[in-house]
Amino acid sequence: MSRTVYDLIGLAAGIAFILALKGLSHPKTARRGNLIGAFGASLATLVVFFYSNEGSSLPLNNLGWILGAIAVGLIIGVPAARKVQMTQMPQLVALFNGVGGGAAALVAIVEYLNLGDKATTAVVVFTVFTVIVGCVSFSGSIITFMKLQELMTTRPVIFPAGRFIIAATLVSVIGVGGWVVNSLGTTPLLILAGLSLLFGVLFVLPVGGADVPIVISLLNAFTGLTVAASGYVLDSTLLIIAGTLVGASGTILTRLMAEAMGRSLFGTLFGAFTAKPQDVAAAGEERPVRSGSPDDVAILLNYARRVVIVPGFGLAVAQAQHTVRELADLMISKGIDVAYGIHPVAGRMPGHMNVLLAEANVPYDQLAEMDEVNPTFGQTDVAIVIGANDVVNPAAQTTPGCPIYGMPILEVNNAANIIFLKRSMRPGFAGIENELLYDPKTMLLFGDAKASLTKVVSALKAL
Amino acid sequence: MAIVSIFVLSVFVGFEVVSKVSSTLHTPLMSGANAIHGVILVGAIIVADHSTTNLELGLSVAAIVLATINMVGGFVVTDRMLEMFKGNKK
Repeated sequence: MSRTVYDLIGLAAGIAFILALKGLSHPKTARRGNLIGAFGASLATLVVFFYSNEGSSLPLNNLGWILGAIAVGLIIGVPAARKVQMTQMPQLVALFNGVGGGAAALVAIVEYLNLGDKATTAVVVFTVFTVIVGCVSFSGSIITFMKLQELMTTRPVIFPAGRFIIAATLVSVIGVGGWVVNSLGTTPLLILAGLSLLFGVLFVLPVGGADVPIVISLLNAFTGLTVAASGYVLDSTLLIIAGTLVGASGTILTRLMAEAMGRSLFGTLFGAFTAKPQDVAAAGEERPVRSGSPDDVAILLNYARRVVIVPGFGLAVAQAQHTVRELADLMISKGIDVAYGIHPVAGRMPGHMNVLLAEANVPYDQLAEMDEVNPTFGQTDVAIVIGANDVVNPAAQTTPGCPIYGMPILEVNNAANIIFLKRSMRPGFAGIENELLYDPKTMLLFGDAKASLTKVVSALKAL
Repeated sequence: MAIVSIFVLSVFVGFEVVSKVSSTLHTPLMSGANAIHGVILVGAIIVADHSTTNLELGLSVAAIVLATINMVGGFVVTDRMLEMFKGNKK
C-alpha cells in the first residue's frame, strides 16, 4: 500500500473521530457517534498492518507478538467493559484513560531507544513531553481509580510541606527533562519516567472526592496531547489529529464540568495548597437527630401533594433504582405530583445518575434538572433524599471555605419536610458534615436504601 | 509547518464540536473521547515493528496491551452507557 493511500485512510479515520465527538455531543446521535469513532479506530488499526515495510510485501516485524498482545488486550478490556456495574463505571473510565497514557509513554520510550542518536532535538523534546504527561496521566488515573473504588480515603490527602514537595518534584521533572534533551541518555529518560509517575501521584492525592471527575476529564485531555506528541515522533498525521482533538475537546469538557459543579478549575487543582483542616467535620460530637420508621414516612407521603425524589450514589449502590420507581408509580397512582430532582453531578460523575435511572426505565419526563426543580421546592411537601448528601448540603451556600463551597445544590432545605434515607451518619463522598440532618423538619430513615424503600412501599399500599 | 497547521486546526475543531453539551452527556462524551485516544494502539504497533532489542519489543508489547484495553474497552463501555439512554425514550 502506498503512503498516499495509507494517509488517505488515516484522514478518513480522523474525520470519523470528528464525527464521533460531534455525535456524542447530542443525545439523539450519541450512540451512533460512538460507533463511528469505533469504526474509525478499527480502520486505523487495520490499515497499519498493510503499511509498514513499505515497498516490500513483507508483513510487520514481530507480527506474532503484535497479534498476541492485541489478543491479550481484548481478553482483558472487553469483559471489564461489559461486566462492570454502572455504579463503578467512573473508575473504569479513569483506568482506561490511565492505561492509554501509559501506552503513549511506552511508545515514546521505545521509539527513543530505537532512534538512539539519530533523533532530532524536536523529536527528543516531544518524547520528553510524552513521557512526562503520559506517566502523570497513568499514575494520576490510578490514584483517581483508587479514590473512586474507595481503596483509599476519598478526602483530600494533605501532608506536611506537601506544597513544597509537589513544587520540588515538578521542578526536578522539568530539570531532568532538560537533561534528557541535552544528554540523549537512557538513564535520564528512565529517571524522568519515575519522577513523572511520582508527580502524578502527588498531583492527584490532594484532590477531594467530589472533584475527582474533573481531574479524570483533565487527565483524559492530557492523554490526548501525549498521543498527538507521539504522532509527531512517529510521523503519523492520524495520531496528531486524534490526539489533538481529544486534548482540545477534553479541555473544554473539563471546563464545562467544572462549571456545572460550580468549581473553578484552578481551585480544584490547586485547592489543596490552600485547604485548611475542616472545622465543620471536626465537630463530631453526638447531636440529636430525628429518625422515623417506614410507617411514619408512608403517612407523610400519603398526605403530600408534591414529592421530589433526590437520588444519590447510595441509591445506586443499594441497587434500589427499581424500588424507587415502584414507590414513585404508587404515589402517582394516588394522585401525588412526583418528580426526580437530578443534580448535574449526582452519582460520581456528571450525567451518571441519568444513566443509572435510565437503567431502571424511569420515564425521562419525570427527571427534572437542577435549575428546573430548585424553584419548586417551596411548593414541595416532601423531599426524599435517597443516598445523596453533598448535593443537598447547604454548607455549599453558607460555609465559605468548606470543600464544596460554591457548588450549586438542590435546595431541598426549602421543602416543608425532608426525609433522608441513609445507611449511617457517615458524611458524603466529599467528607463533610451535613447540617440538614439535624434540621427539625428532617426525618431520617436508617438502613439499606432498597430494604427501607420496600418497607415504605408496603406501608403506603396499606394506607 | 504542515504539522503545525494540522495541530492548530485540530485544536479549533476539537473546541467547536463540544462547545455546548448538556451535563447529561458529559460522562459518555468523556468516555468516548477517552476511547478515541486509544488509537495510540497504531503507534504501539509501529514501534513494535521497529523494535530490534528484547527490551524494546517487551515495552512495545506492553504498550499494545494497554492501548488495546483503552481503545476497545473505552468504546464498549461508552456504548453500554448510551444504550441505556436509548431505552428510556419509549
